[in-house]
Formats: sequence, C-alpha cells, structure tokens
Amino acid sequence: MLTVPLLQPLLLAVLLFALGLTGVLVRRNFVFILMSIEIMLNAAGLAFIVAATRWGQADGQVMFAFILVLAASEVAVGLALILRIRHRLTTLDADAADLLRG
Amino acid sequence: MMLAWLMALPAIGGLLAWPAALWHRAAPRWISLAALTLDLLVLLHLWSGSSAPIDITGRGQWIAILQLPWIPQLGISFQLGLDGLSLLLVLLTLGLGIISVIISWTEITERTGFFHFNLLWTLSGTIGVFLALDLFLFFFTWEIMLVPMYFLIALWGHENRTYAAIKFFLFTQGSGLVMLLAILALAFVHQRETGTFTFSYFQLLGTKMQPATEMWIMLGFILAFVVKLPAVPFHTWLPDAHTQAPTAGSVILAGVLLKTGAYGLLRFVVPLFPLAASRFAPVAMLLGVIGIIYGALLAFGQNDIKRLVAYSSVSHLGFVLLGIFAWNTLALQGVVVQMLAHGISTGALFITAGALQERLHTRDMSRFGGLWANLPRLSAIGMFFAIASLGLPGLGNFIGEFLILLGTYQAHPAFAVAGTLGVITAAAYALIMVQKTFHGPPRAAAPAADLHAPHMAVMAVLIAAIIWLGLYPQPVFDVATSGLANLQAATPDGLLLADGRPP
Amino acid sequence: MLHAIWLVPAIPLLGAVILIIGCGRLPSLLVSIIGVGSVALSAIIASFISIGFITTPPPGNAFTIILWHWMAIGSFSPAIGFYLDPLSLIMMLVVTIIGFFILLYSSEFMAGDEGYSRFFAYMNLFVAAMLVLVLARDLLFLYAGWEGVGLCSYLLIGFWYQDPANGLAARKAFIVTRIGDTGLMIGLFLLFTHLGTLEIQPLMLRATQSWPAGSTMPTLAAVLILIGAIGKSAQIPLQTWLPDAMAGPTPVSALIHAATMVTAGVYLIARTHMLFALAPAVQMAVAVIGAATLLVAAFAALNQHDIKRILAYSTISQIGYMFLALGVGAWSAAIFHFMVHAFFKALLFLAAGAITMRLHHEHDIFRMGGLARRLPVAFWSFFIGAASLAALPLITAGFYSKEMILSATWAEGGRIPVLWAAGVITAFLTSLYIFRAVFIVFFGDLKTPVSGHYGPRITLPLIALSLLALIGGFVETPEGLGGITLFSKFLASVFGEAPVVSGSAANLRLLAASLVSLAGAGLAYALYMRSSPRFTAWAATPAVLGWRRFLFTGWGFDRLYNALAVRPFLAIVRVNRNDAVDYVYQIIALTCRMAHQFLHQSQTGRIRWYAGWLAAGSLVTIAISVLQ
Repeated sequence: MLTVPLLQPLLLAVLLFALGLTGVLVRRNFVFILMSIEIMLNAAGLAFIVAATRWGQADGQVMFAFILVLAASEVAVGLALILRIRHRLTTLDADAADLLRG
Repeated sequence: MMLAWLMALPAIGGLLAWPAALWHRAAPRWISLAALTLDLLVLLHLWSGSSAPIDITGRGQWIAILQLPWIPQLGISFQLGLDGLSLLLVLLTLGLGIISVIISWTEITERTGFFHFNLLWTLSGTIGVFLALDLFLFFFTWEIMLVPMYFLIALWGHENRTYAAIKFFLFTQGSGLVMLLAILALAFVHQRETGTFTFSYFQLLGTKMQPATEMWIMLGFILAFVVKLPAVPFHTWLPDAHTQAPTAGSVILAGVLLKTGAYGLLRFVVPLFPLAASRFAPVAMLLGVIGIIYGALLAFGQNDIKRLVAYSSVSHLGFVLLGIFAWNTLALQGVVVQMLAHGISTGALFITAGALQERLHTRDMSRFGGLWANLPRLSAIGMFFAIASLGLPGLGNFIGEFLILLGTYQAHPAFAVAGTLGVITAAAYALIMVQKTFHGPPRAAAPAADLHAPHMAVMAVLIAAIIWLGLYPQPVFDVATSGLANLQAATPDGLLLADGRPP
Repeated sequence: MLHAIWLVPAIPLLGAVILIIGCGRLPSLLVSIIGVGSVALSAIIASFISIGFITTPPPGNAFTIILWHWMAIGSFSPAIGFYLDPLSLIMMLVVTIIGFFILLYSSEFMAGDEGYSRFFAYMNLFVAAMLVLVLARDLLFLYAGWEGVGLCSYLLIGFWYQDPANGLAARKAFIVTRIGDTGLMIGLFLLFTHLGTLEIQPLMLRATQSWPAGSTMPTLAAVLILIGAIGKSAQIPLQTWLPDAMAGPTPVSALIHAATMVTAGVYLIARTHMLFALAPAVQMAVAVIGAATLLVAAFAALNQHDIKRILAYSTISQIGYMFLALGVGAWSAAIFHFMVHAFFKALLFLAAGAITMRLHHEHDIFRMGGLARRLPVAFWSFFIGAASLAALPLITAGFYSKEMILSATWAEGGRIPVLWAAGVITAFLTSLYIFRAVFIVFFGDLKTPVSGHYGPRITLPLIALSLLALIGGFVETPEGLGGITLFSKFLASVFGEAPVVSGSAANLRLLAASLVSLAGAGLAYALYMRSSPRFTAWAATPAVLGWRRFLFTGWGFDRLYNALAVRPFLAIVRVNRNDAVDYVYQIIALTCRMAHQFLHQSQTGRIRWYAGWLAAGSLVTIAISVLQ
C-alpha cells in the first residue's frame, strides 16, 4: 500500500489558501481579487484530493470536479460583473464599488 | 357551497376590478358595487333559508356549514360556518362595504382598479374571518384582511400615510404571529392529548390543558384580538391608521376590521379556554374600563376630527371588551348591538369627516366652526351621529351600552359603575366635536356645496339603521340568539362567581 | 279613548320629525302651524283623555298600554308603553297645556329668526321627550325621555350657536345633568338586578315586599335615583347649570323651568315614592337638600341684575320647595306646587321675554324702569306672576301650594322645625327678591326706549297664564280657608290619603306665613321704591360688596367645580393629548432605530472588508470547534 504523505500537501493547501485570502484582502483590483479567489478554490480542491487519496475514497475527486465547475462558472459570472462595474464606475477599484453601503 | 361564494364573490370582483381600470376608470367602481350587491343577495338568501338552523354533531345551531378538504395531511380543512353572530357581522361588513364603494366614487380618482381590488380583498378576508371554523383558515383570512388594508392606507392615505400604514401593519402582523404560535401550540397540545393533529374548531373545543398552558395559549390569542379591538394599551396604531386612511379605509377599519377582534374573543378565546378566560376576566374588564375612560379623555383633547372619532372608537370598544368578559346573555346581546351600532355611527362620522376634508381641505377642527350656517345638512347629520355616539336612548349605541353595563353589573358591579362614568366623558367629547365643527362663529371660508344625493342616500340609510337598532332591536337579538347559544353551549352564563372572583 | 294616549307624545314627535326633514326650507307659516298645532292637538287629546279618565276611571285608577316590546332578553323585557294614573295625568296636562301656550308665544317671539323651523323642531322634540318621561310605563323608557329632555335642553340652550358662550352653557347643562343621569342609570342596574323588572308599578310593589324599610338596598337605590333627580332638577350640588341655561331664547327658559326638564326630578321621586318610603334616611336627605337649595338659591336671587337669572335662581329655589315636600312625604303637595309653579313661572318668563323683546333684548333690570305704563300687559302679567311666586295670601295660586308644603313640613317634621323655618325664611326672601325686580323694572324712570309691538300670540298666553296663576290654586285650600281637597283626593290613589292639618295652631302658622310674604314685599317697596340713601350706602360698603359678589356668583359653586373638576380634567387632557401610551411604542421604535444606526456602520459596501470579516469569523468558529 502506497502511503501518501498527509502533512506536506495539506500544509501546501493551507499556504495557498492563506495566499489567496491575503490577495483578496489586500488587492484592490477586481481582476486580482478574482484570481485570488481562484487560488483559494484550488487550495480547497487540493485538500480534497489529498484527503481522497489518503483514504482511497472517490468522494474527494468528485468534490474537486465540483470545485472546477464552480470555479469556471464563478469566473464567468465574476468577469461579467466586473465588466459591468468597469462600465458603470470606469474603474476596477473594489473600494470604489461601495454602492451597497448602509 | 353558498358560504364559499360568500367569501369568493368579493375576491373575484377584486380580481376583475383591477384590470378593468385599464378599460375605463369608472369600471372598477361598478364591478365592486355589483360584486358586493350580489354577495349581499347571497347572504340574504342564506338568511331567508335560516328558519330551521341545522344542528351538526351537537355543536349548536348553524344556518349553513361547509367543509371541504384542503391540506388533510396537516389536519387543515376548508371549513366555514354561518350562525347568527357571523350573519350579523357579515351583514355589517357587506353593508359598510357597499357604502365604502359609494363614498369613494368621487374621492378616489387614481389607480381605481388597484384600490377596489384592495378594498374587496380586505372585505373578502373579513368575511372569511367571520366564517372560518378552521383555525388555520382563520389565520389565513386574518392575513388576507390585513395586507390589502396596508396598501389602502399606504397608497391612498393622507399626508403621513407611510408611517401610519407601517405602524398598522407592525401591530397587527406582530400580534398575528403570536396568534399563529398559539394556534400551533393548541394544535400540538390537542395532538398530544388525543392523537389527532387538527385545526378544526369543533375538535379543538374542550381540549384539556394544564392551567398554565391554557393561560399562555389564550394570551397568545388575546394579544392578537385586543390589538385589533383595540384595547388600551395596544391601541396606538388605531388613531394614526384611521386618521391617515382614505375615507373608505377608515369606514372599513372602524366599522368592520375592529369587530374581528371582538369576534375572535367571542368565538375563540372564551369557548376554547373557558378556565383561563375566567381567570383573566377581571384583567380584561379592567382593560375595558380603562379603555372607555382613557379613549374618551384622549378623544376630548384632539384637534383633528378623524383622530377624535378614532379615539372615540377606543372608548366604544372598551364597552365591547367589558361586555365580552361579563359573558352573560344580556351583556353579550349588548356586545352584538354595540358592534353593529358602533360600525354604523362611527362609519357615518368618518364619512362626515371625509366630506368635511373634501370641502375644506383640512381636518383641523380649530379651522372649522360655524359650518351649520353653510352646510346645514352635513352639520345636522354630523350632530345626529355625534349624539348617537354619546349614547342617547332611542338610538342603537344606547341599547348596546346599556345592555353591556347591565350585564356587567350582574357580573361585577364595580366595573359596571366605573364603565358608566364613560357615559359622561362620551358626552364631553361628542359635544366638543359638535361645538368646534358645526357651532361657534363661522371661521372657514364658505365651502362650495352641501352633501350631494348619493351621500345623502347613504346617510339616510345609516340614520334609519341606527334608529331602528335603537327602537326595535329585537330582530337583532333574535338572530344573535342562536349564535350566542353556540358560544355559551360550552361556557354557560357568567365567567365570574357572584362575588366577582374567578371560580 | 284612553287607548289614544300614545298620540299625546307621538304627535309632537311627528311634528319634530317633519320639521327636521323639511330642513329649514318650509315656509314659516307652515312651520308655526306644524310646531304649535302639533302640541295644541296633543293638548286637546290629553284633555279629552283626562275627562274620560276622571268621568269613567279605569280599573285600579290606572291605565297601561304597550305599543311594542323594546327588547326581550330573558327576563329583561322593557316595553315602549305608557302608564296613565292621576299623577302622570296631571303632569301630562301641565306639559301639554303650558307647552302649547309657550309655543304659541314663541311663534311670534321667534318670528324672523333664521333658525325658525329648527327652533320649533327642537321645541316639539322637547315636549315629546317630556311626555315620554311622564307617561312611561318602564323606568328604561322613562330614562329615554329623561335623556331626551337633556338633549333638547342642550340643543335649545345653544340654539344661537354662533356665540361660543351659548355653546358652553349648553354643554354645561348637558354634562352636569348627565352626571346625575349616570346615578339614575346605575340605579336602574341595581333595581333590575335585584328585583328583576323595570316596570315601575311591579317594581315598587316588589321593593316593598322584598326589602325591609331602612335596609341597605332600598337606601342605595333611592340614593342613586336621588342623584339623577338632583341633576335634572338643579338642586344642590348640581344646580350650577340652570342659571347659565339662560343663554337660550326666553321661551326655551319658560319651557325648561315651567313645563319640562327641571320638574322631571320631582316627578321621578314622586313616581318612585314607595322606594323612598323604604329609605327614610334618603328621604330625609331629599328634604335637607330641598331646604338647603331653597335658601342658597333665594339668597343668590337677591343680588342678580339679569332678569332671567333672577327667575332662574327662583326656579332652583321653588324646586327646593318641591323637594322639601317630597322629603317630608307630602307627595301631593309637591305635585300641587309643581303645577302652580308651572303656571306662574311660565308666566314670569314669558312676561320677561315680552319686556326684553321690546327693549332690544336688554336683560339688565337696572337699565329698565318705568315700564308699568308703557307695557301694561307685560307689567300686569309679570306682577301677577310675581305675586303668585311670592305667595301673596288668598288671591294667588302660589299661596295655596306653598301653604300646603309648609303645613306638611310642620306636621311631618314637627320635631325639626328647622325645615319649616327654612321654608318660611325663603318665603320672605322670595317675596323680597321678586318684588325688588318688579319695583326696579316697572317703576321709576324710563331708561331704555321701548319699541315695537305685540300681537295676540304674545298677549293671549300671558292672559291665560295670568288667570291660571291666580285661580289655579283653588283646587286645594287649607282647612282654615274652606278645606277644599280636590287635588289631593284625586292623587290619593297614587300617594294615599294626605293627612288633614287643622286647629288654631295651624291657622296661626298660616297667618304667620302670609305675613312673612307681605313683609318681604313691603321691605322691597321700602328699599327699592323709596331708595333710602342709608341702604344704598350700606350696600356699597366693602364687606357687603364682597358678600354681594359672592352671592352674585351663586355662592361660588362654579369656581369650586372649576377648581375641583373642570380644570383637572382639562389639565389631564392637555398633558395627555399625544397619548402617553404611544411613547412606549415610540421608545421601542427609537431603540430599533438606534440599533440600526449602530449596525449600519458595519455595512460599508466594501467587498474586501466583508471578506475580511468572513475570514475572521470562520477562523474564530473553526478555532472554537477545534479547541473544544
């Protein structure tokens, strides 16, 4: 039985996730925020794959397929929204888009 | 099946009236009038066939009863019943409904379709409330009645309409949700007791409960009903809603919607929770007495004529609360007459106030005065109904108040004596209204025209009705008897012992 | 014939309804025909009924007719029905006949007023309501008439509605009497709850059968009825509305004071006298209230200068005599005085109206004077009325009725001559104040020019009432003066036989009382005809002026009530105009709004900010679940 190391890939996933989160929080450009979200999604996907391999279950692979679909559709919708915002506000600055403030 | 039509006709009329406005602006008025008249005919037909009330499963005397399956999985059925009490209240609803359509004829000129849709749906919901014998259906119609009324106030009201409409909605909706919880709790308690999950009124009657449980569930019901009635201290939505609503809205609110609270107390609270009701009776009667006096004091202090009339409703419905919890035949007959008479007299006063506002563009009585010289007919009618509402013998309100107080005296003399003081304060506010509006030196610029023919006809009908109630109320008593017998079947005369304590 | 009794109130009611529906658009001739004619018709029917009743008395000397049952709920079944016995018969006759004269007079007095038809509508309604009151079979129907007269008095006192002062007087009349009405209403609750009926005759019988004399229940019931009677009859402490009720047209005052309204309380107590007989303490209270009112009102009348206010206080005082008589159990004396009082008080008011009408509605007696020659009809009728009110001996009706009361007071309350003394002192004061008015108004110099003229519709009622005020007393005379007892014999079936007072002591008291009223007139002559400078100087000293002001305001009752009741009521109303309860809900709403103010700061609209909070929240949640 091939033993799959658990710790290192998970650490990588955490690292990627943290990177993504940091990107979301510090970048003001919508495109970069979207990219950071992609990284976070992929971090989660990595964690699923690792777990699936570790316990030999297909569920994790299925979840990763889900995440791929999710990420793709998210990018599609997200980019469309960004285009609209760019059109409306003539900027890609996320902080300028605060029309929903209370 | 006639009962379902009774409820459905106004609803269908409303659905037709809404798009009809696109075709012609006056079309919704005619459609509404036709729908309500037809409905009235259905009711009269039911009444004429009521010589032999049917007795179903030993549950008392009913003129008509209807049971259709609705959501059997949850024990919910479409169950309607008409007895003497509901008959009178539905009659009042339809009568005032027709009158509201007539008086809105010239007042409402914008979005007539949606206005009449809302008006008719409120009426349909109210009729449903008076007929429903399934607690879930009752709650359902309770909500149907509420939402269109919100729109009536919010869209066609006066200067401060949004505030008033939201206040009205929050009070009634909030208390209605508590009632929903209480209904569910009652159904669950019943299920635990007997194993069947049902919302049927007849099956829920006589459910055995722990005293504390019974009290809490009853308080849930009572909250909804006393907010609607309204009793002090839950009355503050009423002056705002009445004042801001369009005339037809005020008439329906005061004339009919407030009665649903009294009806709920009569039909549900006491029969379903007799023991808790008798323990609660002194508190309720105290609230009634406070309402009588407090409402009258506030009415006296108002400058806005519609606000004055609104607070006088608080005072009049204090009598109703007092009479309901006295729970003997005299007081209950008094409650029935008081509800009818209040619907007529207060409705007429709101029409008068609306006519004044239409002519003088204000409701501020300090800018009225001496209108008798210019508007003799309107003034005479206004004074007539002011006098009716102070309870002059020979007019309907007196019969109601006297019987309620007489019945209350037999149940609890102290409350009756305190309630009688309300007769003095009633004189104070009714007469100050007459003075500020119709008497005194002429102040306002001479308004254009006195009441025109349709209004006069409406007023003549209302005057005749209130004199008839005052001089020969026996037919009303006879009709109400079967209904009151139904209510008193489970809980006989009197909630309190002779010394005024709960048993 | 007796079955037509329902027509007596129905015809004036119909007249009122026609006039109201006519809505002021009928020609004034038609209005006066309907207004006066309906009451005339009703008076004629009442007279025929009376003749029928007297010649062929119905069994039991009483007649009942039920038109319909008002309501029937269990054992509670009051009827719209009438009850005719000697007592209600006398009341009915007085109301219709005096009412007719007053209406006839008004048809000329009110001519040209813009509210002519409204006036007659209200007056007809007033007469109808009073007839309902006196003829009602049931206490509840009586109460309907009772409230009806209250309403009509409100409408008529405030008849000239453009002046707010009239409106105030009208509201005061209605509300003060309604305070009394509330007592009566509670009395009805009590009587029905304990005796099971509101039909007057069975009620009285049951009361005597089931309640021992002097026990709590009849006392309580009698007190409550008394409160009602005090309010309507303007006795202490609810007398304050009557002097202000002068705001209405003069014929209205005549109607209120003579035929309707204020005598309702006397009638009510007489009607329920069996109940009062069961409550001796309350009956004593009736006498004491009557005696106190007598004196208080007579003193107040001494210092008025509005001619109608003098008459108003004299009414309060004369009703006090009736209460005194009721209190000592001299029921028929009270009714006798009611009848005679109706004659002379209607006469006095109509005469006063005739005077003011010719003087441009001048009411101040000090701006009148010397009118005896210029207005002979008014003078003689006012003089006859005054003489009857002052009970000048032998020739006036007032003498006989007052005598009957005084002798009964002595006979019944022998151990307490205080009541009798109050009656005698008041007789003196009455004579003084009314002749003061007579001398000031009719003699001396002319101060206001006289204009206009009267028609027969004014003079005829004056002459007719003058005759009644003179000869109306010969139906009942004291033992020493012929001993005619027609009146008390007639009422015997209602009240039982009145005791006959005779003997030389009685004659002596009779003489004393006659002298007292003559002395009052004499003093008035000395003070106001010869106007001695010493008296004028004394009257102007500060101490006396203070008292005069006090009496002028009617013993300051109004000020007291304003301080005790009216002002606190208004203060509460003013403070609470915006409804204190609503503040509770406003505080709730305010709390929600403040919470909103606080929380909405977190809604920045910045996506990175939200993401940061999201991450932080998740982190905390995960940390908690991991570390647990």
